[in-house]
Amino acid sequence: MATTPTPAPGPLRRTLRRAPGHLLRTVLALVFVFPIVFMLISSFKPDQQIFADLGNVKAFLPVGQLSLDNYTAVFDRVPAGRFLLNSIVISAVTVVLGIVVNSLAAFALSRMRWPGRRLLLALVIATLIVPFETFALPLVWWVNKLPWLELHGFQLAFTEGWLDTYRVQILPFVANAFSVFLFHQYFQSVPKELDEAARMDGAGWFGIYRRIVMPLSGPAVATVAILTFLPMWNSYLWPLMVVQDENLRPVMVGIQYFFQLNVSWGQIMAYSTMITVPVLALFLAFQRSFINSIASSGVKG
Amino acid sequence: MTTLLPRAGARPPGRGPRTAARRRERLTALGMVSPAVLLLLVFFVVPVVLAFALAFTSARLISPTPAHFVGLRNFTLLFQDPVFFRSLLNTAVFAAVVVPVQAGLALGLALLVNTKVGGTNFFRTVYFVPVVTSMVVISIVWMFLYQKTGLVNHLIDTLTLGHLHGPDWLNDPSTALPAIIFMSVWQGVGFHMVIWLSGLQTIPADLHEAAAIDGADRWARFRHVTWPGLRATRTFVLITITIDALRLFTQVNVMTQGGPLDSTTTVVYQAVHAGYTQQQTAYASAISLVFFVLVLAVSLIQRFLTREKD
Repeated sequence: MATTPTPAPGPLRRTLRRAPGHLLRTVLALVFVFPIVFMLISSFKPDQQIFADLGNVKAFLPVGQLSLDNYTAVFDRVPAGRFLLNSIVISAVTVVLGIVVNSLAAFALSRMRWPGRRLLLALVIATLIVPFETFALPLVWWVNKLPWLELHGFQLAFTEGWLDTYRVQILPFVANAFSVFLFHQYFQSVPKELDEAARMDGAGWFGIYRRIVMPLSGPAVATVAILTFLPMWNSYLWPLMVVQDENLRPVMVGIQYFFQLNVSWGQIMAYSTMITVPVLALFLAFQRSFINSIASSGVKG
Repeated sequence: MTTLLPRAGARPPGRGPRTAARRRERLTALGMVSPAVLLLLVFFVVPVVLAFALAFTSARLISPTPAHFVGLRNFTLLFQDPVFFRSLLNTAVFAAVVVPVQAGLALGLALLVNTKVGGTNFFRTVYFVPVVTSMVVISIVWMFLYQKTGLVNHLIDTLTLGHLHGPDWLNDPSTALPAIIFMSVWQGVGFHMVIWLSGLQTIPADLHEAAAIDGADRWARFRHVTWPGLRATRTFVLITITIDALRLFTQVNVMTQGGPLDSTTTVVYQAVHAGYTQQQTAYASAISLVFFVLVLAVSLIQRFLTREKD
C-alpha cells in the first residue's frame, strides 16, 4: 500500500481501483446463492434434464423442458399441503403467544416495582447459557408423562402424554428468555414519564402496557417475531422426536420423510423450493429488520 | 435544621392509598410474569433437573417398570463405548476447524462488504441468504451437489481442466466430515459476518481518519484500530460459533446418519440415537450432561482466554 498521498483519482482510475473488490464480492455472491438457484431451477425440470445439465452452466438456467410436473407430483405423493398448514399454524401461534407472554413478563420486570424482580431477571438471563440439546431428551420423556384435560362429550377427563399433538410443538417454545431480554432492553428506552401521565389519567398497569408501551415497541415486536418465526419454521430435531402422526407433521420433518421415500430429485427440489421460497420472500421483503434482528442476538454476550 | 414532619417512606404500613397501590402493583406484576415463569418452569427448569436426575436411573422412554436408581452405571457404560469417543472426537474436530475458519471468513466478508462504495446492503443480503434457509433443505440440496457425479465434482473437473476428480464425498469416511464442515461454514458464515459488521460500525470513523493522517497503511489501521475495537464482538463470535459447532446434529442426521463407519457421528447425534431411536432416556441424559459440561467448559475457557489477552 502506498503511503504517499495520491492526487484525487479520476473516475476511470477510481473504477479500476475498485474493480478487484467488486469482482471478489460478486464471485462470493455467486458462491452463496448457487445451491439455492440450482434448487429453484431444477424444481421445474424433469430428472433426465437435471442430470444432463449438470456438466455446464445450463444447470442454473431455466432452459429446456420446464413444467410444474414436479410440484403436482409432490402433492400426489405426500400431504404436502397439510405439512405446510401445520407449520404455518405452529409458527404463527408460537409467535403470537410468545409476543404476548414475553412482553408481559418484560413489562413487569422493567417498569414495575416488586420484590424479586432483579433476581428473576438475572435467573431468566442465566438460562440463556443452556442449549436446548442439553434437556431435549429428558423433555421428550417428560412431555410423554404430562397430563392434559380433555373434553369427552360433556365430561372432562385427564389424558396422559403430549406426544403427537400441536401443543407439544408450540408450548415449550412460547416462553423465551431471549425474547424477555429483548423486550426488557427495549422497554427501558420508552420514557417512564409516559406511564405517570397515563396513571394521572386513571390508566391501570395493564392499560399502560397495552395502550402506551406496546404501541411504542414496534421494532422489539418485529425482532421477537422474526427470531421466533425462523427457528419454528425450520425446527427439525424436536418434531422429529415428538410427532409420528402424519396429520401433525411440520414441513422439515415432512421433507425428510419425503426424501426417504426415494423419489425423484426434481420432486425433492420442488418440495425444498416450496418450503424455502416463502421464507426467502419474507426475508427479502423485510431484509433490514431480519438482519438487524439476527444481529441483535449479538448483544447478548 | 431538623423537621418533625414524617417523611413519605416512614408512613405506618398497611394504611393509606399509597400502600394499596403498591400492593396492587405487586399483584399485577406477579400476574404478568406468571405465564412466562410457569412455562419456563415446566419446559426448562424441570427438564434440566430431569437431565441430571435421570442420568443416574434406568429410565426408558416407554417402560412398564418404573425407573430406579443405578448410580454411575450410565456413565461407566458411556465411557466404555468406542462410538461415544468417536462422536466426541468428530465433534471436537468439527469445532476445531469450523471455529477459526468461519470466524476468519466472516470477518473477511465483513471487511469486504463494509465499504463506502455502495452495494453494501445488496451483498450483505446475498451472503445472508443461506442463514435464513433451513439446514434440512440445505443438507438435502448439498447431498445432491456432493454426489459422485454431482455439481461439486463437475466444478472441480472444470476448474482443474480435468486433472482432478472429486471423490464420492459423503460415502467416503475420509471426506464425509470435511464435506459437512465445508457446507456448515458456507451456511453459517453470513450470520457472523453480520455480527462482525455491527461490531465494525461501533468503531468511530475519526479513529481511522486519525490513523490515516498519521500515515498508517491499511494493515496498520486494521491491527491498531479495527482489531482492538472488535474486542467484545470477538468474544461473542468465538463463543457462539463454538457452541453452535458442538450442537452439530441436523446435517449429520439428514446427510449421513453418522456414517460411513461412524466418521460423522456427533455427541448430540448419539444422544438422540440413544434417547429417541433406542428409547434409553437415562443413557441419553448422561450423554446430554457430558454435552452440557462441554459447552460450559468451552464458554468459560473462551471467556477467560479472551479476557486474559487484553
